[in-house]
Amino acid sequence: MISNKETISVLAKEGKRLDGRGLLDYRQPIQLETGISWTAEGSAKVQIGETVVMAGVKLSLEKPYNDTPDQGGIMINAELLPLSSPEYESGPPGIKAIELARVTDRGIREAKAIDMKKLCVTPGEKAWFVIIDIVTINDAGNLFDAASLAALTALKAAKFPEVDPETGAINYKKKTDQGLPLLKEPLAVTVYKINGQLLVDPTTQEEHAYDARLTVASDDNGTISAMQKGGEMPLTIEEVGKMVDIALDKANFLRAEVEKVVK
Amino acid sequence: MTYTERVDGRKFDELRPMEAKAGVIPNADGSALVKAGKTTAYAAVYGPRELFPRFKQNPKTGIVRCHYGMMPFSGSGERIRPGNSRRSQEIAMVMEKSLNAMIDLSAFPNAVVDIYVDLPQTDAGTRCAAISAASIALADAGIPMKDMISSVAVGEVDGTVVADLSYDEEAYDAIVSDIPVAMTHNTKEITLLQMDGEISKENLMKALEMAKVGTETVYELQMKALKEKFSRSD
Repeated sequence: MISNKETISVLAKEGKRLDGRGLLDYRQPIQLETGISWTAEGSAKVQIGETVVMAGVKLSLEKPYNDTPDQGGIMINAELLPLSSPEYESGPPGIKAIELARVTDRGIREAKAIDMKKLCVTPGEKAWFVIIDIVTINDAGNLFDAASLAALTALKAAKFPEVDPETGAINYKKKTDQGLPLLKEPLAVTVYKINGQLLVDPTTQEEHAYDARLTVASDDNGTISAMQKGGEMPLTIEEVGKMVDIALDKANFLRAEVEKVVK
Repeated sequence: MTYTERVDGRKFDELRPMEAKAGVIPNADGSALVKAGKTTAYAAVYGPRELFPRFKQNPKTGIVRCHYGMMPFSGSGERIRPGNSRRSQEIAMVMEKSLNAMIDLSAFPNAVVDIYVDLPQTDAGTRCAAISAASIALADAGIPMKDMISSVAVGEVDGTVVADLSYDEEAYDAIVSDIPVAMTHNTKEITLLQMDGEISKENLMKALEMAKVGTETVYELQMKALKEKFSRSD
């Protein structure tokens, strides 16, 4: 009997996939929705095929770090909810959730997507900190791209809450119309290598059959801000070049989807 | 009695606008989404499946495990730290008891049915939305059930008995009581009952009668959600 893994590998060689897509096609529908959580300062739900991911932005006022007294900060956390897949269990984040959070974090942080200095209220004393929580609702593959899409969309949709001018307390129930100081719009695209072929947007089955993967985060100028190679097999320099080309192209395609729901 | 008009203008026995949908999480064996006002609950059921660790297995029957979690951005104040809190563990426990009474897993010895509920936004009534969603998800998964469970909170705000309190009502500056209730449909028995605040016995009885009517409304929505799912062509 041939396993799905073998079938996927054999098909890939011929440029085919189990669900009939082209190697460089994303699943449909790609649906983005903002404002899915009134309690978050910004929120988004992203659907790619059957994969559904949510991101919520919470803002808080904290003391800046000692080495960057004139800047705010960001933190990205990911929860692979047991609700979203039979493979996930309750408990502290495993390595898969940690990698997802860190790769998504680097793509945004290293692109300097948020003007950290503008987040500072009083140097050395008070600055805005942006916490993005990513949660999975249905993991049907390609969480890296979905998480990055959800994070960027939620950031773009976020509005500062009101602050009492006298006490300095945040009134989370009232939002201002002021958005976050965003300078760039980085998005991650992950390119997979299966049996010598390159493809994007894998299903869960394809994620069990790949040889190597490369996540590439790039901004609207085509500047790369983060990369992460995964998988057991090596990549040639030539392959990396091709993968980056694909990632830059698909990032623009996905950015247009974000643009449709939030300017 | 000074609470003559509700904060959001509802009638005293009127529930918040509610929405229910079955089959929203393809990976799960059964799933549901319930929205009650600005509270949203996703529920997913996995199983019956083998229970680990093994010493927890019961050779006479399968067991139910509930998990309840507020997403980190789902509270109206600061971010909530992910992971279990004392509150979330207690809610999971009372949910489990509330649903367990109507689930028959005697045909699945040593197995577990896991029920996960996660909420992306909350505005009071989370455990009720969680139970109502879980009940749809259990039915969607084809788990043998004696009866459907529907849940709604009732209570008293400044002398007036009301149904389905919002956060603004729970926090109303007067004597308030909040009573989450879950009921079976056919026998109208109570499977969840908690209360905090202050209430007289007379008003408690009145509130429970109101819960009977309120849970019936929830029941109709739950059944509608299930019928819609099973008549969809996909």
